[in-house]
Amino acid sequence: MSQLVAVARRTLIKDLRLECRSKDAINSMLFFSLLVVVIFSFSFDPTAEESRRIAGGLIWVAFLFASVVALNQTWARELRNQVLDAYRISPAPANSLFIAKAVGNFLLVTLLEALMAPLFVVFYNLRSIGPEYQLMLVTVLATWALVVNGTFFAAISIRTRSREIMLPLILFPISIPALLAMVDATTQILTGESSPWFWIQLLAVYDVVFTTACLMLFETVLNAE
Amino acid sequence: MKNPVYILAIASLLLLSYGLYQGMVAAPTERTMGDVQRIFYYHVPSAWVAFLLFFVNFIASIWFLVRRNQRVDGLAVATAEVGVVFCTIVLVTGPLWARPVWGIWWTWDARLTSTLVLWLIYVSYLVLRQFGTGGQTPVLASALAIFGFLDVPLVYMSIRWFRTQHPQPVIGGGEGSGIHPAMREALMWNFAAFLVFAALIVFLRYRLEVAEREVESIHAERSVSPAEVRRNA
Repeated sequence: MSQLVAVARRTLIKDLRLECRSKDAINSMLFFSLLVVVIFSFSFDPTAEESRRIAGGLIWVAFLFASVVALNQTWARELRNQVLDAYRISPAPANSLFIAKAVGNFLLVTLLEALMAPLFVVFYNLRSIGPEYQLMLVTVLATWALVVNGTFFAAISIRTRSREIMLPLILFPISIPALLAMVDATTQILTGESSPWFWIQLLAVYDVVFTTACLMLFETVLNAE
Repeated sequence: MKNPVYILAIASLLLLSYGLYQGMVAAPTERTMGDVQRIFYYHVPSAWVAFLLFFVNFIASIWFLVRRNQRVDGLAVATAEVGVVFCTIVLVTGPLWARPVWGIWWTWDARLTSTLVLWLIYVSYLVLRQFGTGGQTPVLASALAIFGFLDVPLVYMSIRWFRTQHPQPVIGGGEGSGIHPAMREALMWNFAAFLVFAALIVFLRYRLEVAEREVESIHAERSVSPAEVRRNA
């Protein structure tokens, strides 16, 4: 157990340091979501009432597409110099690698969301009618839902031809219930029309089910040949 | 080896023709919907067969990950492909019925959307198969199949939260549901026919998959055989 945590911590620190120095993923994600914000604003009239009803879908679609950028480069970095093969023959537990990558992506996407949220508020005149702590809760659960499966599927798509295109193709269909839940929960909190608790529970169940599945199957996928 | 194919082929021919007679002639015409309701005898059996095939795919995927038996993986490929075909039939016949009865082709109702998402998941599985390289693909695809199957209850729960427009189940439904015995008979005959027909196609596809892999391994063996190496040198 302690080995699991130690290896995960080291890998996580290594990845964060790499990202801090290069800023490859975060810069492209930020610019990409900024573009989405601007382009979407042409498709409807961003008055306070209108944007409250649409923002839930808009925000999460922007974050979903942007997170694919981070997810795609999760494992790509480890392919150079056969680092991934070195991981496979090392005695380090496979799941610690997975946890490090998933947590790294989670932090990266959370940072993106923290930086983008003010922009959404400014550009779309957003003001939440429901309580803010519910929004925070939805954000944490939803971000984990996106990155846990995303990290796992990135490990699958990296082994196929046309890697970059493959990830969204396999990730999006499976993520549909989570997407529906995060979009509807956000919309209901923003408009304050009805209780978002069903959706929050669904997100929590989704997180638990797929985190378990990822941890059970990751070693198999990592060692597939 | 040939025998099961002939038996299945003859059985599905007989059952499909009898099912056609049952559905088109023997079953009474529905009072409000008219003859368009008869599409029901193809729509519902296709849906049952598709769901059954996806379930077999799930079991085969787990079995493959535990035992690493190539033939089981062949079964997983065959059931996923044929399942997608039957699921497509469901998604096509549904709107054909809905247009005259509901007045719209499509609605984002629980059962319709769940079936569509299920279709998307298994199409993505087939895409992964297509783009896979080398011997690792079966393992990766099996993992995806397990994820896809785990997703089904979540998809259904999430989408049921919207308003449901699809007719309630008429078989094994609650109080007040149910259909005319003759309709039920036609439905069951067609279900049997589609089941046998699906078994036939899955079996053929499975044999093709196994044969393909044998050919591949023979090619691989031949390319490293001493005679071939000498010829290429």
